[in-house]
Amino acid sequence: MIVTIFLLSVSLIVALIFLGAYLWSVKSGQFDDDYSPAHRIFFDDNLERSKNQKTR
Amino acid sequence: MTQAEKFYYDNKSVKLFGIATLFWGVVGMLVGVLIAFQLAYPSLNFGIPYTSFGRLRPIHTNAVIFAFVGNAVFGGAYYILQRVLKTRMYSDLLSKIHFWGWQLIIVFGALTLALGYTTGKEYAELEWPLDILITIIWLVFGVNMFGTILKRRERHLYVAIWFFIGTWVTVAMLHIVNSFELPFTWLKSYSLYAGVQDALVQWWYGHNAVAFFLTTPFLGLMYYFVPKAAERPIYSYRWSIIHFWALIFIYIWAGPHHLLYTALPGWAQALGTVFSIMLILPSWGGMLNGLFTLRGAWDKVREDPILKMFVVALTAYGMATFEGPMLSLKNVNAISHYTDWTIAHVHVGALGFNGFLIFGMLYWLIPRMWGTTLYSKKLANTHFLIGTLGILLYAIPLYWAGFSQSLMWKKFTESGQLQYQFLETVTHVVPMYVLRALGGTLYLCGTILAVYNLRKTMLAGTFIANEAAEGIALRDQPMPKGKHHWHSVIERKPIRLLIFSLVAVSIGGMVEMMPTFLIDNNVPTIAAVKPYTPLELQGRDIYVREGCYTCHSQMIRPFRDEEARYGEYSKAGEFIYDHPFQWGSKRTGPDLQRIGGKYPDSWHYRHMNDPEEISDGSIMPPYPWLLEDDLDTTNTPKKIRAMQKLGVPYPKDYDKIANRELREQAERIAENLRKDKIKADSRKEIIAVIAYLQRLGIDIKQDKTAQK
Repeated sequence: MIVTIFLLSVSLIVALIFLGAYLWSVKSGQFDDDYSPAHRIFFDDNLERSKNQKTR
Repeated sequence: MTQAEKFYYDNKSVKLFGIATLFWGVVGMLVGVLIAFQLAYPSLNFGIPYTSFGRLRPIHTNAVIFAFVGNAVFGGAYYILQRVLKTRMYSDLLSKIHFWGWQLIIVFGALTLALGYTTGKEYAELEWPLDILITIIWLVFGVNMFGTILKRRERHLYVAIWFFIGTWVTVAMLHIVNSFELPFTWLKSYSLYAGVQDALVQWWYGHNAVAFFLTTPFLGLMYYFVPKAAERPIYSYRWSIIHFWALIFIYIWAGPHHLLYTALPGWAQALGTVFSIMLILPSWGGMLNGLFTLRGAWDKVREDPILKMFVVALTAYGMATFEGPMLSLKNVNAISHYTDWTIAHVHVGALGFNGFLIFGMLYWLIPRMWGTTLYSKKLANTHFLIGTLGILLYAIPLYWAGFSQSLMWKKFTESGQLQYQFLETVTHVVPMYVLRALGGTLYLCGTILAVYNLRKTMLAGTFIANEAAEGIALRDQPMPKGKHHWHSVIERKPIRLLIFSLVAVSIGGMVEMMPTFLIDNNVPTIAAVKPYTPLELQGRDIYVREGCYTCHSQMIRPFRDEEARYGEYSKAGEFIYDHPFQWGSKRTGPDLQRIGGKYPDSWHYRHMNDPEEISDGSIMPPYPWLLEDDLDTTNTPKKIRAMQKLGVPYPKDYDKIANRELREQAERIAENLRKDKIKADSRKEIIAVIAYLQRLGIDIKQDKTAQK
C-alpha cells in the first residue's frame, strides 16, 4: 500500500508546515499576551459612526 | 511622533459573498428538499436524466458545501481579516477574481454534474478542468489573505486568523492530492488511484473536507462573531490557542474511520479510530469556549435571535463532535455505517452548526454594513424557531430510520435465515423519509424568511462600500520589549517568501512523486481478477455518470448478515482495476459488489426501465433513457489507452480491437435478451450497463468453481 506512505508523508508535510507556523508564532511573541487580543476586537468601531455619535 | 494612517475597509466583497451565500443556500437546500422527497416518491425523479437522484444528490452536496458554506466562509473571513488586522484587503482585484471565479466554478459545476460529468468520488465530483480552476481560485484567495496578513497594522494575529490559515493550507493540499486524475477527453478523466488506494485518498480528503472546510473556518467565524454579538470577549483566549493547535494536528489523521471493516488494512483503520477519539477534546474545547463566552449574558440570549442561533450552532457542533468519535468506534460503526444515521449526523452539523452560524453572522453583518438595524427581529426569531424545529424533524426520524434499518438487516430467524428482504427494510423507513423531507422543507422556509428579512434590511439602509478606519503602520510600532530576536529583522518580506516557497515546494514535490508512487501498486493481487472488457468499462462509466454510488455500495463487510445477503466479503485485490473506486457510503439500495450472475440479463433490462414493475415498493428511480440512447463507442480506444497508462494490463494495441470485442459482447447480451422475448438493440447504453452489472464480483466465484 504505497499510497498509505504517500498520504502519511503528505500529512506530515502539512503537520510540519503547521509546526513551523507554531514555532514561529511562539518565538515571535504571538501568544505572550493572552488577555488583550480578546478585548481588542471591540475597538474597531468605524470612524464615521463614532463621529456621528460624538456630535449627537 | 508616528501618525495614524487613515484607510478604508472593503465591504463590497463581503456584500457580494453574503448575497451569494443566501442565493446558493436557497438553491442548494431546494435541491436537497427535492431529493429528500424523491426517496419517498420516486416519481419525482421525472424519468429524465437531469433530475434523477444520482445526479441531483452531488449537486445538492456540492451546492450546500462549496456554494452556500464556501461563500459564507469567504465573506466572513474577508470581514474579519480586515478588522482584526487593521487594514484593507491586500488587493481589490484579487478579491474580485476570487468572488467571480468561485461563482463560475459553482455554475459550471452544477451544469456538468447535471450532464453526468463526474469523477464519481463523493464531495470531489467536479471534473478535471474545474479541479484546476478551483486550485487557481484557491491560490488567489491565499495570496489575497497572506498579502493582507503581511500588510497588517496589528502585530498579533487574532485566533480567527489562525483558523483561516489552517483552512487554507490544508484544503489546498487535500484538493490537489485527491484530484490526481488522468484526463482522456476535455471533460472526463479517470482517477490516478485505484480501488483501496483510491478509497483511502478519497476519505482522507472527504473527512478533512469536513474538518477544514466545514469546521476550522467556522471556528474562526465563531471566535469573532460570538464575542461581537454577545459584546464580551471570548471566555478564554489561551484556551482558543491551545484548542486550535490541537485540532489541526489531530484532525488530519482521522480519515480512515470512514472505512472501518472494509478492505483497508487494519492498522490504518485503528489509526483513524484512535485519532477520532482524541478529537473530542479540542472539539469540545471550542464548543465550551464559545458557550462560556455567553456566561452572564443569558438574559441577552433570551431576546436576541443572533445569539440564540449561535447557541444552537455551538450545541449542534458539540453534539456532532461527540457523535463523530462514537461513530468511529468499530462496534458502533458496524451498526451506523451505510445507513441514514450518517446522513442525520452530518445534517446536525450542517444545518445546526454551519447553517445557524451563517444566519447569525448575516443577521449581525448586514445591518452593520448598511448602517441600519435589522428589519424585523420578530421574523428572525421566527426563523430561529422554525429552523430549529426543522433540524429536529430532519434528524430524529433519520436516526430512527438508520438504527432500525440496520437492526433489520442484521436480524436472523431461528432457523438461521435472514429475516428480512432488503426491500422490506426500505419500505419500513420510507415514512421516516417523508418526515425528514418535511423537516428539510421547514428549514428551507426559515432560509427564505432570512432572505426576505435581510433584503428588507438592505433596502432600509445605505450600503457603506468603504468603511473608514485608522491604524498605525506596523513598521512605526515599537517592537514588544525583549522580543528582538534575530528574525525580527527579516520578519516581513522573507515570511512572504517562506510561505509561498513552502507551498510551492510541497506542491511541486508531490506532482513529481505521484506517478512513481502510484502506477506500481502493491495491493495483494488475485490471479482470477481480470481487467474489465471494453463493454463493461463503458457500462461502468455509465454507472459512475448516473451516480449509482450515491445509493449502492460495492463493499461487503465481514459480517454474517452481509455474507448471507450479498456473498463473500470484499477483498482488497478485487478492486485493483477500479479507477475510481465505487465503494459508496450509503445503502439506500442493496450492495452490488457480487450482483453479477444473480439475475438474468432480462431482469436488469426490465428493472432499469421501471424498478417498481419488478420490485413492488422500490424507491429506485427509473432509467428509461438507457434503453433509448446509443452507447458512444468513439471514445473506447481513448479509454483503453488511459487505463493502460494507469497500469491496467490490457494487451498491446488492444485499443485497436477494443470496439470489435465490444460489439461481439453486446450482440451476445442482446441475443440473451431476445431469448427472454425482449427486442433489444445491442447498440444501446443499457447493454453496457448490464454487461458491467453481470461482471461484478464474479471473478472470485469463477476461481472457486474452477478449483473444485
